[in-house]
Amino acid sequence: MRERLALSTPVMGACGKTGTWRVFRPVVDREICNACGICSLYCPDGVINEEDYSIDLDYCKGCGICANECPKKAITMERE
Amino acid sequence: MSGLQETEYILKCTSACAGCSTSLILRHVLAAAGPDTVLVIPACCTSVIQGVYPKTSFRIPVYNVAFAASAAVASGMSAAFEAMGKKTNVIAYAGDGGTVDIGIQALSGALERETNFLYICYDNEAYGNTGMQRSGSTPLGARTTTTPEGKGHKKKDLDRIVAAHSIPYMATACSAYPKDLAGKVEKALATKGPAFIHVLAPCPPGWRYPAEKTIEMGKLAVKTGVWALYERMYETVVISGPTKAAMIKPTPIEEYIKPQGRFKGITPETITTIRLDSERMLRRLAAEEEGSC
Repeated sequence: MRERLALSTPVMGACGKTGTWRVFRPVVDREICNACGICSLYCPDGVINEEDYSIDLDYCKGCGICANECPKKAITMERE
Repeated sequence: MSGLQETEYILKCTSACAGCSTSLILRHVLAAAGPDTVLVIPACCTSVIQGVYPKTSFRIPVYNVAFAASAAVASGMSAAFEAMGKKTNVIAYAGDGGTVDIGIQALSGALERETNFLYICYDNEAYGNTGMQRSGSTPLGARTTTTPEGKGHKKKDLDRIVAAHSIPYMATACSAYPKDLAGKVEKALATKGPAFIHVLAPCPPGWRYPAEKTIEMGKLAVKTGVWALYERMYETVVISGPTKAAMIKPTPIEEYIKPQGRFKGITPETITTIRLDSERMLRRLAAEEEGSC
């Protein structure tokens, strides 16, 4: 009976590598970045690492919120 | 900052649009709620962005139900957990269509029965999942696919309908203030009995603005006073910081309306009506906070 239940299993990339959607790629200037963490707080998909603020480009959709909200303007959006 | 990485309950990555507030809200809601949580999701964007069976990007149990049934299913689930002696959080997470229009009777029933659960309505002010049709929550003058000339009716005041049930905790929040939202979710889950949170969720394709402006839009909605952030415990109202600041020095409402494509061709009279309505709402809230209303 149990195997008939339509249960989904949590896996990484359940919706594919969403990074392929991207037209503009976020590039962080480490010289200007002061590691405030605002980009990571506002990233809708949580692809910005909290410790070293590296961006997972396999999944980043390139929405540009991080570049728009960065108080130091350390992130620029560059065309792929 | 808050160590969100270990408490990330959405795996990379949902199929939400770029710049979607819904996935941002869900990230912070689940981080605040913790692992012992069950989500009940009716038909809405969130039921689509999970991924395709047999895979899902959500690390916690999710129950997908029919459009009208979210609060009813959550009621049953909450009763079952109570009977089993479990303290699992039951969160119904529904869009504005599933709350304001289709799910309102189930919600009203659950609030009346004093079900111990949290109902979150993320409000993108239209049926986003099916291509932006008008909902009861769409504001006056906004264009949708079913109101191409702009909506001729005002937004339904869901918060006052919920407040009329006199529940222990209700709050409004906005995706642009995630820490405020997380604090409210923690308070709501600590409350015994029904709790309700109404979250404004700016939607880039539906509101027709560039994806990177999502946070800016949310902040503008609060700063112009179109959206008010407050908490209500039974009859006591506490207005949150950003709205208090907006009451003292509001940003002109045009700054919120002009960048949005859905308000294209809006008449100055309609803008005045929206401004007067939001001013009236803020005045009423201030009076309620003082207790003179």
